[in-house]
Formats: sequence, C-alpha cells, structure tokens
Amino acid sequence: MKLIVRGNEATAVGAKLSRPDVIPAYPITPSTLFPEKISEYVANGELDTQFITVESEHSAISACIGASATGVRTCTCTASQGLALMHEMLFIAAGMRLPIVMPIGNRALSAPINIWCDHQDTISELDTGWMQFYAEKNQEALDLVIMAFKIAENKYVLLPAMVGLDAFVLTHTMEVVDVPDQKDVDDFLPPYTTSASYLDPTKPATVGSFGTPEYYMEFKYAEELAMNAAEKVIDEVFAEFKQKFGREYKKINTYKTEDADIILVTMGSMSGTARATVRQLRKDGKKVGLAKLTVLRPFPEKELLECAQHAKVLAVVDRNISFGFGGRVFSEVAGKFINRATKPLITNYVVGLGGRDVTINDYKEIVADSENVMNTGKVETQTKWINVKKENL
Amino acid sequence: MAKITTGAINPEPGSSKKYKTGSWRNMKPVIDFNKCTKKCLFCYEYCPDSAVEKTKDGPKINYDYCKGCGICAYECPKEAITMEQEEK
Amino acid sequence: MVEETLANEDQSKELFSCGHRGCAGCGEAIAVRHVLNTAGPNTIASICTGCIEVMTTGYPETAWEIPLIHAAFENSAAIASGIDAALIAKKKREGINVIALAGDGGTFDIGLQALSGMLERRHDITYICFDNEAYMNTGIQRCSSTPYGASTTTSPAGTQSIGEDKDKKPIAAICAAHDIPYTATATIAYYRDLEKKVKKAMEIKGPCFIHIFAPCPTGWRYPSEKTVEISRLAVQTGVFVLWELEGPDFNNINITKKPKQRKPVEEYLKLQGRFRHLMNKPDEIAKIQKMVDEKCSRYGF
Repeated sequence: MKLIVRGNEATAVGAKLSRPDVIPAYPITPSTLFPEKISEYVANGELDTQFITVESEHSAISACIGASATGVRTCTCTASQGLALMHEMLFIAAGMRLPIVMPIGNRALSAPINIWCDHQDTISELDTGWMQFYAEKNQEALDLVIMAFKIAENKYVLLPAMVGLDAFVLTHTMEVVDVPDQKDVDDFLPPYTTSASYLDPTKPATVGSFGTPEYYMEFKYAEELAMNAAEKVIDEVFAEFKQKFGREYKKINTYKTEDADIILVTMGSMSGTARATVRQLRKDGKKVGLAKLTVLRPFPEKELLECAQHAKVLAVVDRNISFGFGGRVFSEVAGKFINRATKPLITNYVVGLGGRDVTINDYKEIVADSENVMNTGKVETQTKWINVKKENL
Repeated sequence: MAKITTGAINPEPGSSKKYKTGSWRNMKPVIDFNKCTKKCLFCYEYCPDSAVEKTKDGPKINYDYCKGCGICAYECPKEAITMEQEEK
Repeated sequence: MVEETLANEDQSKELFSCGHRGCAGCGEAIAVRHVLNTAGPNTIASICTGCIEVMTTGYPETAWEIPLIHAAFENSAAIASGIDAALIAKKKREGINVIALAGDGGTFDIGLQALSGMLERRHDITYICFDNEAYMNTGIQRCSSTPYGASTTTSPAGTQSIGEDKDKKPIAAICAAHDIPYTATATIAYYRDLEKKVKKAMEIKGPCFIHIFAPCPTGWRYPSEKTVEISRLAVQTGVFVLWELEGPDFNNINITKKPKQRKPVEEYLKLQGRFRHLMNKPDEIAKIQKMVDEKCSRYGF
C-alpha cells in the first residue's frame, strides 16, 4: 500500500507495524508527530499498545526500560534536547541489554536553540552502546524502524537501536512510501520473546546489579561482543528484508565508487544532494563516487575498507562538530585507516549545522578542495567548514 | 568469582545469604529463655538483617548473619536479651 | 505492652534476605523487610540508587526474593510506570503489586518530577519513600528532607551556622495534593501500623504514597541499638506524625498514633549526634519545639 507521509509519520507507521506493547513518549520538535500519530492510532483502535504520556524524555526512556525489563517490545521517539536529557539512561538501557528502538528526528543542539537538522544529537551518543542507523528518505526511516526491532531483539545482540532521520527535511516533508502489509511484517518480525522475562514474580531476578571493579569490565566487554555480533546480524536482517519486501539495504550504500578517485562519505538526507552532485561531476569526467553510511554503530569497518580500497581521497562530510577536534565521522573513518599500509588521504568538511542547506555547490566546493589535496598529496587543513558567513563574525 | 550474566541480571534471589555478615559483630545477643515470652517476637520484627528466625520454640538468632547492632536487646520488653562480648 | 504477633508462621516468606551489606542497626532495612513481607511474593519492585540499592544488589549477590529493577537515581516512579504498562499489555496485571521504592534522596528532590508524573497518570503503583533525612549513601549530605537544625556534610553546624536552616519539605502532603486515593506516613517502631498501611495501599487500585521515617545510626550519629527507640520518640514527641488520608482533603485525615501527652522534643534531639550542637542552645531547641507544636496543632493535637 502506498501512502504519502511525512518522515515522522513514516516512523510511526513502522512502529505500528512492529506491534510494540508499550510506547512512552514526550513531544519535541521535530519528532512530535510520532506520539501524536501513535495516540491517534490508539484512540481509533488501530494499535493495541499502552501509550504513556510521560512528563519528560528522561521518564520516557525510563518507562521504556521498565517495560522492556518486564519482557515486552517497546519504543519511544525524540530528538536533540530530549535525547540529550536521556543521556544517562541510554548507557543504562544498553548496559542492561534491553532491545529498545527509538527514532530520532536529527536536530541541532542548543545553544543557541535551533530546531533544524544536523546530526549532533545522535553523534553525541555514539559511545552509549546503542546501535545507530541513518535514513536518507522516509521509506528508509519506515523500513529501518522495523528492521531495528529485529536486529535489537536478536539473542546474540540485545542492544537498543536509534534510527536517525533529518529534522524537517525528512520529518516534515511528505514523500511516497510503500507500507508493508501487517501480515508480512508479522512474519518478518514475530512477537518479542526473551529468554529471561526478567521481571516476573514466578521467576524472581534482580535486574540492574551493582557492578564492582571485580566484575564491571567483563560486563562491558560482553556488551562490546554484542555490538560485534550485531555486524553479522544486521547483514542477515538486511538480506531477509530484501527477500521479503524487495528493498535492499546495505551498511554502506555505494554509488560509482568502484573507479572513483574521490569518494564523498555522507549520512542522512544530504546524501541525496551528494548523489546528484556525483552524477553532474561524472558528466564532466570527474571520477567521484559516494559512500552513504546507513549504519554507524556498529561501525562498518569492513565495508568502508572495501569501498575505499582504490580511492585516492575520502572526503568525509560531517553534519556535526566535535569542538577542538573536527567532525566525528571523519575521526572514526580516519581511525580505521590509520594502521593500514596503504591508505587514502582523508579530508573533512563540516556542513549544514543547524539546518543550513547543503547544496550541490557546497559539494562541488568539497570535491574541488579534495582534488587539490589529491594533486598535492597533502592535507593542509584537516577540517574545513563549508558555507560559513565569515563576514558576519 | 562468579560468571557474568547478560546485562548484570541476577537470577538467584536471596543470594546475599552467601555472605555471612556475622563476622562484622563485636557483641552478640544472647536470649535468656527463662525471661523470653516466645510470643512477642519484637526481636524478629525489629531485626534489620532478618537474622532472627521464628521457630516453634520461640525466636532463634542466626549468628551467621547477626551484626550485633543490639536493637533486639534494647527493645526486648522482658530484658531477656543481653549483648555479650564476642569471643574471637 | 506486649503485642500479640499477627505475623504469619511461615518462615520461608521472608522476602528480604540476610547477608546484605547494610550498616548494623539500619532503619531502612527494617522498613523494607516489613514492606516486602506485607506486599508478598507477587510483587515487582523498582528501586532507585541509594543505600538500599547499594547494600542489597552487589553482583553476584542480591538480598531480594522478589523481582526487582534498579536503573538510576531519579526515576523509580518512571520505571515502575513502564512495568505497570507492560503487565497490562501482557494481560498479566491482576494480582501483581507494582511498587516503586526510593530513599528520600531519590524522592524529595531529584525524584519529584517522575513521582509527580506517575501520580498524575494514575498508575496502579504504590510509591514508598524511605526517609533517613539526608543523602546518606553518598555520605550524609543535606536533602530537602533534612529537618531544621540537623548537621549534615553540606549543611554542617559551625560558628556561623545552625546546620540545616530549613524544615522538611512536606512530601506526603505534596503527594496527597495530587488527589490520589491513599497517602500515609509510617515508621518502623510502629510496624503493625506500617504493615496495615502497606496492605491498604496494595489493595487500592490507583497511585498510593507511603512516607516511612527510617532512622540511620551512621548519619544521625547514635548507637545502633537505638534505631527503633528514636523512631518511637519521633512519634511520641510529634516530630513525625503518623497519619493516613484517602483523597486530597486534609479534613478527612486520620491520625493513626496520637500521643496523649507529647514528650518534649529535646528527648528526641539529645539522642542524636547530628543535633549535638543544639544542646547548648536552648533558644534553638525552643524554636524546634515551637515548630513541632504548630505542626501538631495543624494535625489537631
């Protein structure tokens, strides 16, 4: 069935199809439509779930933790400040190995307050133990929510997952999506069962122990092993999704990278503009390509090394900034190459913060700069900010 | 050292019994059953450590866990419990 | 007067196990025992970071015989809300008590938002606050539950300071004002009263709040055997009033232990090291007596 929906609604549809039992949620721009749609579905009898209008995002994720620990499928949705407010609980959800799913309307962080898109909010949570997926289109947002449940609930993984979709560009923009049949989704994603239905008076257990130095590191190592296991599980789930629903997902979507000298590395909706730029520049004879990251955690090292093996320059485009260092995705990409005998030059560009449009001209500027680096063989400036109006400073 | 569980879940309720807190005390409570009514069981009700057991023959102090806090002796309405120096 | 025990004879029903790492004479431990033994094995508890959590859940040991979750400090009520919803979704809600436990630290200040949200949403949860009048687990720092004149590590008595200079936040009244079906205060010395109130809360469908006064020998600085005595004196002097209320109208309040003749507050204060600096300040003791008198007259005695 085809629908024309905003990205927010797409994630609500994905959630609805996944049949969560408990959805605690708190509104925040640009994710507000998610709890609104869920409440509509519940009010009209379209979704059998316990919808809790909690009093803050911190309580939203807390209620998710309580529900998930009672052995039910659960999700919530937030963005920006709301995600930042959840920060301590994110580590806890992952540490307790609870498969909670959360769409995030990627929005800039204050201050100054800004409701438009960049990736700072989810990028700031890379260390929490949550898996991270990024959507380029509303269809991807819908599909990734469904897949996130399946990956998260896999018994070798049991880690929570975020699905990022850009504020306004996706959340509030209407696109045509193909909505899978409920029956097919039920087949793909069976009801959630856990090997330890933790909070159960017939099998009392203590969930959330006090971990002394004697034990803590082993718990964390086990969490890392779960992240490693997720790499294979993600591939399997992507393959199964393609077989069932006909749409292919990859950890890194490559476009014309096989013979590319310069590869743009992007995430989120700005990948579409990058692809259009690649098409234009190819007409001009430039050998450029695009690597779009759909999965950022676990970091797709194998896929990155594979697609970049012949490139001369990787131009990492970051819609975030780690002050005092540079772009975060750049730091991770560079880190994966550091010990390799042959490696491309890696350039870094900060773009689109706080919803500033990322245009074809921006990408052309990036490619031109990377060409220069390719020709000189030197990266003079590690991180360049694109389209900053320095005259206003 | 125990093996770890997924997410630090502890599936063994009451496993704290493995740690014998009785080693903490300096003084230990001793019940004089000539005075004890065996009925009021204040010692049982007021013990922070669940270290007093109710038996058919009245209260029984579990010295494996008693920390010697002295509440039972202080609260006994018949003064039937005295705190004696622990012999080590 | 010796009370005939109503406790059931089945020893195996002890739901709070020995071997926990609580201080000798811990008032909170006594309270938790009575709460759990009354609530029974069909109970799921959420607890927050604090003394009880740290002393009972050190991996791989746990003192809890019922299912329990600990996540963070300020959100026992929010976690419990999730549990309540999950049980409803699983169609397993009937017959299971969901209780949210927290210290005064996790309730009065940082936990107030989650508590208020839970009460407002009318979850069928009983929230029980164990009040030892300071952030004890981190080393006796003041909380909004700390009474006037108490010396804590962040409100220490000194040449320029009387210690804590504000009186306790009236947490039970705040909860009752949410128009919840049942609010009560209790303390360990009167365990039968405590158990009755817990039982009542378990039976009521809807949010309930119980404020349990639990002396702490380490933080209040008194010899460990006096925990129950101090709890008793708090009631006998009127420092802590035992009441229960159904709904928000304080005209309907039921005082469950009314001392015929209130003992002077000094008898309560002089036993505790945290008030020692007041002993040579009769003005301050008179001030505290006046505060207690005014409070008790509001309660009608």
